[in-house]
Amino acid sequence: MPITTKDVMRVADLARLDVNEADAVLYASQLQKILGHVEKLSEVDTLGADDKTAKTAGTRPLREDKAVKGLSQDDALKNAPERSDGCIKVPQIIE
Amino acid sequence: MQYEAVIGLEVHAQLLTGSKLFCACSTRFGAEPNTQVCPVCLGMPGTLPVLNAKAVDYAIMTALAVDCVVNPISVFARKNYFYPDLPKGYQISQYNEPLSSRGRLDITTESGQKTIGITRIHMEEDAGKLIHGEGADENYSFVDLNRAGVPLIEIVSEPDMRVADEAVAYLKALRDILVYLGVCDGNMEEGSFRCDANVSIRPIGQAALGTKAELKNINSFKFVKDAITYEIQRQIDVVEEGGKVIQETRLFDSTRGVTVSMRSKEEAHDYRYFPEPDLAPLVVNEADVERLRENLPELPEAKRSRFGDAYGIPAYDAGVLTSTRALADYYEELVRLTDEPKLSSNWIMGEVLRLLNGNGLTITGSPVKPSAIAELLAMIKDGRLSNNMAKEVFEEMFKTGKTAEDVVKSKGVAQISDEGAITGIIEAVIKANPENLERYRGGKDKLFGFFVGEVMKAAKGQANPATVNKLLKEKLNG
Amino acid sequence: MDLTSLTVHELSGLLQKREVSSVEAAQAYLNRIASLNARLGAYITVTADEAIEAAKEADKRLLSGASSPLTGVPVSVKDIFCTAGVKTTCASKILERFIPVYDAAVVARLKDAGAVILGKNNMDEFAMGSSTENSAFFPARNPWDLQRVPGGSSGGSASAVAADLSAASVGTDTGGSIRQPASCCGVVGLKPTYGRVSRYGMIAFASSLDQAGPITKDVTDAAIMLKAIAGFDPLDSTSVDLSVPDFPCLLSGGVKGLRLGIPKEYFIEGMDSQVSASVNDALDCLKKEGALIVPITLPHTEYAVSVYYLLATAEASSNLARFDGVKYGLRVGAANLIDMYKKSRAAGFGAEVKRRIMLGTYALSAGYYDAYYKKASEVRALIKRDFDEAFKVCDVIATPTCPTPAFKLGEKTQDPLTMYLSDIFTISCNLAGIPGISMPCGFTKGKLPIGLQLLGRPFDEATILRAAYTFERTAGIGKEKPAL
Repeated sequence: MPITTKDVMRVADLARLDVNEADAVLYASQLQKILGHVEKLSEVDTLGADDKTAKTAGTRPLREDKAVKGLSQDDALKNAPERSDGCIKVPQIIE
Repeated sequence: MQYEAVIGLEVHAQLLTGSKLFCACSTRFGAEPNTQVCPVCLGMPGTLPVLNAKAVDYAIMTALAVDCVVNPISVFARKNYFYPDLPKGYQISQYNEPLSSRGRLDITTESGQKTIGITRIHMEEDAGKLIHGEGADENYSFVDLNRAGVPLIEIVSEPDMRVADEAVAYLKALRDILVYLGVCDGNMEEGSFRCDANVSIRPIGQAALGTKAELKNINSFKFVKDAITYEIQRQIDVVEEGGKVIQETRLFDSTRGVTVSMRSKEEAHDYRYFPEPDLAPLVVNEADVERLRENLPELPEAKRSRFGDAYGIPAYDAGVLTSTRALADYYEELVRLTDEPKLSSNWIMGEVLRLLNGNGLTITGSPVKPSAIAELLAMIKDGRLSNNMAKEVFEEMFKTGKTAEDVVKSKGVAQISDEGAITGIIEAVIKANPENLERYRGGKDKLFGFFVGEVMKAAKGQANPATVNKLLKEKLNG
Repeated sequence: MDLTSLTVHELSGLLQKREVSSVEAAQAYLNRIASLNARLGAYITVTADEAIEAAKEADKRLLSGASSPLTGVPVSVKDIFCTAGVKTTCASKILERFIPVYDAAVVARLKDAGAVILGKNNMDEFAMGSSTENSAFFPARNPWDLQRVPGGSSGGSASAVAADLSAASVGTDTGGSIRQPASCCGVVGLKPTYGRVSRYGMIAFASSLDQAGPITKDVTDAAIMLKAIAGFDPLDSTSVDLSVPDFPCLLSGGVKGLRLGIPKEYFIEGMDSQVSASVNDALDCLKKEGALIVPITLPHTEYAVSVYYLLATAEASSNLARFDGVKYGLRVGAANLIDMYKKSRAAGFGAEVKRRIMLGTYALSAGYYDAYYKKASEVRALIKRDFDEAFKVCDVIATPTCPTPAFKLGEKTQDPLTMYLSDIFTISCNLAGIPGISMPCGFTKGKLPIGLQLLGRPFDEATILRAAYTFERTAGIGKEKPAL
């Protein structure tokens, strides 16, 4: 199934990446090539292949419900690009 | 054409744990912004979630209380979307394989009893809070991540409700259960019990479901009723006018009592769920489920019917007394101390609740404990206080926190039942009214009332009326 | 004596005997970094002041006697591990100014052991790459030939250790990112079993595959480093609560009767003839020491690269969503939030990272999940099963680490798929979650190192370390240094 620049733009939108037309053409061909390679997975018979039990083997104990003081407000916001009154400041949301 | 509505509810309930779902930060409400955060709930690079054991217990308890199947293996999944209140860019939730499924809840409305199916209950983390700027800041928003990572359960109902009243009854019953279990405080205003409603309509008799609208922002029982009622009529109007209901999210505007389209691009939502690789699938073994089942408290419905059976009180009383677990416990303690189920019920439903409500208190904040009321009721029983006097004493106890005995002593309010004392008062009254005594003895029976009044006046109203009657009759008749 | 040419255990011996001080050792390394890092690009950040301070503390500790084999030893860590108060970039512009407020578990354990951290090693951005050319700042280079790549993504770590710019380093391995650069640079690289080492504070690329491990000058050092960083961590739910064996004490004992499985799928056409010759010599050597050669098959090998690139990119697309310009990292100003997101991420991520985010997002998106992510997960289970079967008839699996020696800078940057295929021998190990080690086994005629890979059963790092140690001792290789 060919990947169009429209597909690329939809994915870029989901991934919140600014992609211009020229990039989209390049991505389309690169993704096409990689996904073409990946196509061969469809030939594998995976009936009954489920590794959930393997993943749960040796399941760890959960965390006890005990509150512990975390970071100070200053440390929490230290790396924030913009802050104001103890909050992280972001541009307005326009859907 | 006749239409019926199809309503399903999604409830998000905040679990009453001390720490967050995946980190040790406090869940306390109302702290300064970004002071209950750590690298994990801030979504700092390299941090990892570790599941809170108590949150799992609470979710299982809820599942058991509504007859859900607790799945032996459930899987956490990432729900991917970008929003500033979602620090990791994904919410850890459960998707294909939730903690529990296939439960039920019985509700009662004016039209009778009905069973509402529960599709699933799963665990997830809450997002933070986004505050929209005003004035000079109107082009900005502000993020507070204190709430990010607080544990929630999402309880999804089957689309089994047909009218708004059923939705309200379902929500009330569900909230009662959560509060009874002690897993959620049920506070709708602070958002610890939130509800979204999926509403659609279809012509009566049609089996297929219509297109649904999802209603959000309905944070009180009244709004649930108003929003659903409005939305049903809106959809009927759309269809009647030849239009089509579109699948969308609508916000309830409580000031205008209407639902408003959010106009977001629905097709843009593609959450790309996949199993959370940072957490192993959650294994719940049967022994844990049984341990929780055994420790499950009695639920509102069961308690209500037991109160009727065991204490012989009317259904209405049982309903009021079981409205919260604390009130029911209070009542049962009082009955245990007095062995007077009906008198206890009368007192709690009358005096106790009247004063609590008047002072904006709940039963847990009552200054008078069951043992103190029991002492008071004993005084009525052995004749030391009349019912009316006891009410006065109770008000004083409520105000000051003193015991009944102390109030009686300090105010001198005690019923005089002692025959010697009462005889003394009667003799003095008779002595002071020789003419009336003559007239009474001469056949004017009605003057008996006059003598009773005089005696009570002289006794400052504290004489036991039955004793006064008996002794007065003896003395007047000579 | 040149202190920087010593292994960890050699230097540690001198430190313990107080023949040299940790400050002297740290200073020697800092001097060498100052003179060579510009050519090698092995470090993104050098923490000279902190290192000298830590060395002074280590010297006190050495005097007091309360020391470990790492006390006072100058090491480095890949710039993917968070370091409290020290810039942690993941070789990305998006984190160029990010200063964590916490140490990664690996860093904390190194510090607890008394190691002196010299700085943060260069890498492919977000560990995505096989050449360290994807660093947003500058590429790292191979000390054996500066025109060639050191491998990747832990290329800075391998380059630093090979060039004596640190005594040892900790890298991370998602599809070969420790073993492939170790092979390219002629050093030892160990990827432990998934769950052996805490991932807390290690910036995630693909959570179900990532694992931290040592890159060292010899096998003994790998055992020492692994022992120091391994163990259960209550902050990482995927770390496993198993006791950590005393790896350095389990190295001797030889390979008599050890069954070495040779998978036919790993000796393929197109493999460099010098690589296969060198690996075969290594196998002969182990055979002479008493190992038994067992032909085995890992039938799903050919699907490993496809499975890997679907699962790793899908997880990465989600793991990298947190870099959104809100809480930390680069923010490009915009009037509304969505534009801010898109511009910040477009400016902050490099081409390869964006490509993988796109691929991963696509693989998870509505309508494609079953065909891509789900299918890949199922095939992954089959690959794991292949190894379970193989380990019924052998104890260790031996393969080349890479099909070819280090390639030239720029050689593979134009074609992502060719680059991806250079990980062909290392990827299955991550998919199966088993431990793997790469160690030098010879050189090409052009003096480029060749690597031998040994894979073991889950949590049986001790056996592959023992086999590697035996080979290192008998063949007497790994002593040669690049001329710089």
